Amino acid sequence: MTMVTVLSRRLLLSAAVILALLVILPSALDPYQTILLSYGLIFAIAALGFNLLLGYTGLLSFGHSAYFGMGAYAVAFIVKYLKITSMEVFLIGGILASAAVAALFGFLCVRYTRIFFGILTLALSQVLWSLAFKFFWVTGGTDGLRVPTPSLLGMQMAPGQDKMTFLAHRYYYYVLIIFLAGLAVMWVIVHSPFGKALQAIRDNETRAEFVGVQVRKYRFVAFLISGAYTGLAGALWVPLNGLTTPEILHWTFSGKIVFFTVLGGFQTFVGPIIGAVVYNYLETYAVGHTVYWQLVLGIVLVVLVLALPAGIVGTAKRLGLRLRRAA
Amino acid sequence: MNLLVTKVLTKYFGDTHAVDGVDFTVQQGELLALIGANGAGKTTLVNLISGMLRPDSGSIVFQGADVTSQSVHGRIKAGIARSFQLVNLFDQLTVLDNVALVIFSREGKTRNFVYLADHDRPVRQEAMDVLQRFGLENKANMLAGGLAQGERKLLDVAVAVALRPKLLLLDEPTSGVSTREKAPIMDIITAIVRSEHITAVIIEHDMDVVFKYSDRIVVMHQGTILADGTPDEIRTNDQVITTLIGTQASG
Ligand SMILES: Nc1ncnc2c1ncn2[C@@H]1O[C@H](COP(=O)(O)OP(=O)(O)OP(=O)(O)O)[C@@H](O)[C@H]1O
Ligand SMILES: [Mg+2]
Repeated sequence: MTMVTVLSRRLLLSAAVILALLVILPSALDPYQTILLSYGLIFAIAALGFNLLLGYTGLLSFGHSAYFGMGAYAVAFIVKYLKITSMEVFLIGGILASAAVAALFGFLCVRYTRIFFGILTLALSQVLWSLAFKFFWVTGGTDGLRVPTPSLLGMQMAPGQDKMTFLAHRYYYYVLIIFLAGLAVMWVIVHSPFGKALQAIRDNETRAEFVGVQVRKYRFVAFLISGAYTGLAGALWVPLNGLTTPEILHWTFSGKIVFFTVLGGFQTFVGPIIGAVVYNYLETYAVGHTVYWQLVLGIVLVVLVLALPAGIVGTAKRLGLRLRRAA
Repeated sequence: MNLLVTKVLTKYFGDTHAVDGVDFTVQQGELLALIGANGAGKTTLVNLISGMLRPDSGSIVFQGADVTSQSVHGRIKAGIARSFQLVNLFDQLTVLDNVALVIFSREGKTRNFVYLADHDRPVRQEAMDVLQRFGLENKANMLAGGLAQGERKLLDVAVAVALRPKLLLLDEPTSGVSTREKAPIMDIITAIVRSEHITAVIIEHDMDVVFKYSDRIVVMHQGTILADGTPDEIRTNDQVITTLIGTQASG
């Protein structure tokens, strides 16, 4: 048996174990914990999308709050104006709206790289944020917009069922399935010829151009997919949160998405997922336990990044390799 | 038959006349060496032909079609490929993927994101064949960033060759490697170019290498063409001898 098959067997085995855990967790945890995990998985979808740009295309966006927020607001608008509460409609609406914004912003941003790209994505997302403020009669301003519990595959929440139970069970599984589907699709994308072309652009855009890859076009498509993923996450997030406010469009939220990804390790496929879930727990506990949570969280994160420059998953991989060599 | 013709091709950088009214032709099937002192304008000429730079004036005709204002992408489609003086590779991709990507690109498959690149057997096979011809098959699964300098130079050329170009422009394929390594690298490259009937322009400083491998030599000096002839003609050209003295060591 070759090294590769041993490795991929091990990978499959651990994936199966994690999947089994994710499936049985809601029956073992209290609803609050399950909901927390749902948030983590949703942020993980956003981070997966974000990392198609950072890890695979070499573009650092500081404006992904725009797509997450657009996904969330699209859902709120569907409720407000169309009076529809179907989750499937939410998802389609969220994806389309965020993809439309990503197409517009991407068109402008992919002309630039490095710091110019980052600043432009940030500036554009801030425009969206200020629009959410200014047009308060549409967006509800700082009060935001409420979103009720949706129907899942046409099924309403059972009458008399409390919202917490619904979110911790049916909604959790719904999120889990979409997360897994999103994961699988992204995995194929980054391993496809298209994904290789993106990585080539990341490594050396000049050479990519000179082997026939139309760099700008490919960056644009990556931007579009990335925005749509993050928008999908926003659409899943809003029913869980029950409310969307301009905060979700603010650049500080973009910063969080960057953080999930760097914390988990942007040079690995699963890094952003782990980073999102871990960050979500860290923040929740920091907020719950101290009024100085931002300070505490900041310090914890600085230490983590300094101690694990390759991110959690990157560092774990290196350790694994070293152990295997030593054995 | 002329594969490529440039007419009074000109490119200035401020006061530097990098390429100054150059009439340059490449004939179908030949292996042409482009030589000249540092700063003579060789790389700039290749940059103009490959579309990396726009000329200030003049024209470039490839296979009878004017490509002067065509995009890089258009020129690659037409069959012009190049390598770089300073190695340009995809360092975080494996050696195999560096070549496979080029094949995907050539076949228009990079638009496809619904199947796994590693499962494309014909592309993998062709990429392995290319690597084998360059003697890099044992490095296929290494990251390109981990190769030694000589291997990197070879892979840089392999990437251009995998495009199956009609005209291959190689900018100093042996620069930055030890003198001992130069001959083996040139042996490999010229063998491939000859066996696949690729027309090639090779920029090279080492005169021994130039005389040994080329069919024709074009000498550039301060943005213009100083001489053009067979190795024997150039070897005995007094003007070339006087201008190139002292530049041999600097390559
Ligand atoms: N992008 C640029 N901007 C300004 N000047 C340039 C640029 N590229 C080249 N030059 C100048 O144009 C002249 C020709 O440069 P070029 O690189 O074409 O020479 P070369 O013959 O390839 O030399 P070498 O053997 O050192 O590679 C030089 O004087 C160089 O300094
Ligand atoms: Mg040069």
